[in-house]
Amino acid sequence: MSAQPANNTAPDLVNIEIDGRSLQVPKGSMIIHAADAAGIPIPRFCYHRKLPIAANCRMCLVEIEKMPKPAPACATPVGEGMKVFTRSDKALKSQRNVMEFLLINHPLDCPICDQGGECELQDVSLGYGRSVSRYNERKRTVSDEDLGPLVATEMTRCIQCTRCVRFTSEIAGTYELGGMSRGEDLEIGTYIGKTIESELSGNIIDVCPVGALTNKPFQFKARAWELIARPSVGYHDALGSNLWLHSRRGEVLRTVPRDNENINECWLSDRDRYSHQGLYADDRLKAPMVKRNGAWATTTWDDALAVAAEALKKTPGADLGILAHGATTNEEGDLLVRLARGLGSAHLDHRLRQLDFADNATATPFALPVSQLDKVKSALLVGSALRHEMPLLNHRLRQAVKKGAKVYAVNPVHFDFNYPLAGEAVAAPHALVAELLTLARAAVDDGAAAPGALADAINGVKADDDVRAAYATLKGGDAVVILGEAAALHPQASWLRAVAKFIAAAADAAYNEIPVGANAVGLARVGVLPGNGGLDARAMLSQPRKAYLLYGIEPQHDFADGAAAFSALDNAQAVVACSAYASKSLLEVASVILPIALAPENDGSLTNVDGLEQAIAAGAKAPGEGRPGWKVLRALGGTLAVPGFEFDDLAGLRSAIGERTANPRAMLADLTAKQGSGLTRIATLPIYRSDAVLRRATALAAHPLNREPAVYLHADDAKAAGLADGDTVRVGSSDPLPVVVSGAVPAGAAWIEAGHDETAMLPPYGAALTLSKA
Amino acid sequence: MKATGHYAEVKDVDPIAVLEQHTRDHIDHWVSKFPPDRKRSALIQGLMAAQEQNRGFLTDTLITATAKYLDLPAVWAYEVASFYSMFETVPVGRNNVAVCTNISCWLNGANDIVRHCEGKLGIRTGESTADGRIYLKREEECLAACCGAPMMVVNGHYHENLTTAKVDEILDGLK
Repeated sequence: MSAQPANNTAPDLVNIEIDGRSLQVPKGSMIIHAADAAGIPIPRFCYHRKLPIAANCRMCLVEIEKMPKPAPACATPVGEGMKVFTRSDKALKSQRNVMEFLLINHPLDCPICDQGGECELQDVSLGYGRSVSRYNERKRTVSDEDLGPLVATEMTRCIQCTRCVRFTSEIAGTYELGGMSRGEDLEIGTYIGKTIESELSGNIIDVCPVGALTNKPFQFKARAWELIARPSVGYHDALGSNLWLHSRRGEVLRTVPRDNENINECWLSDRDRYSHQGLYADDRLKAPMVKRNGAWATTTWDDALAVAAEALKKTPGADLGILAHGATTNEEGDLLVRLARGLGSAHLDHRLRQLDFADNATATPFALPVSQLDKVKSALLVGSALRHEMPLLNHRLRQAVKKGAKVYAVNPVHFDFNYPLAGEAVAAPHALVAELLTLARAAVDDGAAAPGALADAINGVKADDDVRAAYATLKGGDAVVILGEAAALHPQASWLRAVAKFIAAAADAAYNEIPVGANAVGLARVGVLPGNGGLDARAMLSQPRKAYLLYGIEPQHDFADGAAAFSALDNAQAVVACSAYASKSLLEVASVILPIALAPENDGSLTNVDGLEQAIAAGAKAPGEGRPGWKVLRALGGTLAVPGFEFDDLAGLRSAIGERTANPRAMLADLTAKQGSGLTRIATLPIYRSDAVLRRATALAAHPLNREPAVYLHADDAKAAGLADGDTVRVGSSDPLPVVVSGAVPAGAAWIEAGHDETAMLPPYGAALTLSKA
Repeated sequence: MKATGHYAEVKDVDPIAVLEQHTRDHIDHWVSKFPPDRKRSALIQGLMAAQEQNRGFLTDTLITATAKYLDLPAVWAYEVASFYSMFETVPVGRNNVAVCTNISCWLNGANDIVRHCEGKLGIRTGESTADGRIYLKREEECLAACCGAPMMVVNGHYHENLTTAKVDEILDGLK
């Protein structure tokens, strides 16, 4: 036997020892990484695995052999043969002393602090601090700041770990918080006094280790130990962020992120975090309602189901339209398909906002998974306000930009991004296809073969040097083309989709289309789509049916064309609605409303952008007589005696769900369609008004990202119409809306956000508008 | 520190309108000394120039404009401006008088000099004269001129081996 010691360590690993345990850890990693991976506890405040290292709290001091002084574990790289002691006398003494310093200015009034019971400072102090305070002098106080409706502050409790500062700069990209003054006067704040405007602002509550930043809507509502945490999934976008619902006696009091490295990491968008307030809006239905002789009355389930079944039964299948919201679960969706078949109706759809059905497009999973998006080298956004459409996907793309990725955008509006774009083309809706075609032209000039249907259009445009350079970058590898909502809901979406797909194929880039609706991918899979000879969502309204079944829909807000939808529904003989809310427009059009649970109160599954089906269990109880939708549909199907409703429980329902294939067409919309004169409407869904729950979430409604309804105009168009900032204007015969002259809007277009009561009945996206001064 | 509450005023500030040509030239000069992606390095000099333009103190508008001119997040400039004692972020007199009170100067009678200035000007340290002529800085730390103690800095210029007569002469000479 050789006396040579065998060195079996891989070249990128080093051997270290922590508290006597031998570990092999990657070179260049910090001691705290190694300890965390091995499950060895080291106390810390400023260190956060997703944020850059600051090493300013000094709580993670450990003893290292051959080092004279204790060293911070978060900022000391591992070295071969290093011996670390986290529980030695020296380490414990250092940690206890740091703890004492940190508590000098921290109030010791945990019983009145909102963080009490779930406070890192409290926990670490108990584990590593002294049991009594020796400090008798005055403590400093810090004046509070108003950071807006979402985050409450108690800055005297701040221990200056700067996690929130690093979050707003590194993750949110908005650079809104900083450390002001210095030394003993150091304070965290905005300096100028502003609301935190990031769409991810709630995460600073989670990263704050003390009670300095807390959840404002949840403030003083409950203690952590009164709450039951149940796993759930976000349902306002198709990312499907994992989250915990914290509920007390069946009522959701707050929402916090649930780690999932492949989806939302450890973050949560404000939209998913604060929407639960909308569950308890005033118009939430608590019992079934039936309209008799024009008057609404609450009634029993038996009565309401009988009325609903009667209405559905007496309508011939061909005259019945079934429309479901895009956030409907797979289980409910499948039951709707069974119901439609049982009733002999082929008119079934969930693509309520889609305007262009030429290619019969349905949502498909991303070609490039979410987890890979921060590794792309370039990206092309086609019609996407990504930051508002899917905040945490935009965060991934921002991480790619920080590593040098180039992002190009072709948009109908100069949308706000929290990273610099490498190139941006803004074109009014009627010119958007032509603008995107220039990139396709660059691809063709580069040698790609244009598909026959697109060839003429591509040859009709020219690509300039900037466009050619952008295409060359995309072709450089690791690229993604993202088609956003502003393209998918565009009146010529089939063109945008076809051209974007061609560009992606020519540049060998992945093609990711943002699904419209949290479960659009799942609903397309289970087949909540028109059957043979069935009408799509838009045709069902333009060729009105005699009766409709609406599932989770607010008639004026959830369709592409609110006015058309309202009139079709209003003129129908019967409208059976399964809805959580008795919204004003629904009360006007419906004949019976069955109260259903919303996603957090429902059992079911949602399919996210990666095609991942995530099962969720009810984390709360629907108020009053409200019932999970699958139970309501089962009862309705049972009353109607249609096949497919023989199951006893959710498992029985799930076992019968089959995948149905969608039938996309290779057709394109008519590009030469006559444009009326006037400005073209750009309709986007505001981040905090995109579904019924969000429109009722009060704290989000008070946030600056939720803007008042207005008509945004290019300066030239405003001037031509004799309008100035602050004037009011009528769109057609609408109520007056304020005018905002904005550099974000291209000439020839008027940007009017959807989702507001005031804008719901205006002509849809892409329509020509007539403006008159009010 | 309470937030200043000037967000609405500064959020759409136009740096070209706020910063004078001379100030911008000064900033450009300092930007050229660093690599193109390290504009943050010119921030201190940028704020110095802005403070000089405004005769002795910075406003939120000036700080924000400087950050914007340098293409930096405004909060970085707020941090720097509030960190360094050489930046005044509230209105003060146009001539900045700072008497060193650190150990060498203190042993050589700096306290007498401070007391003399306070008596002569009728203000305490940290205050400005009513006519806005002189700002007497609060507690200046060592300025590395111990060999000439006691000393003071007036508008960036060092004055050493001070006597009360010499101080009178300097202060009277300020416009």
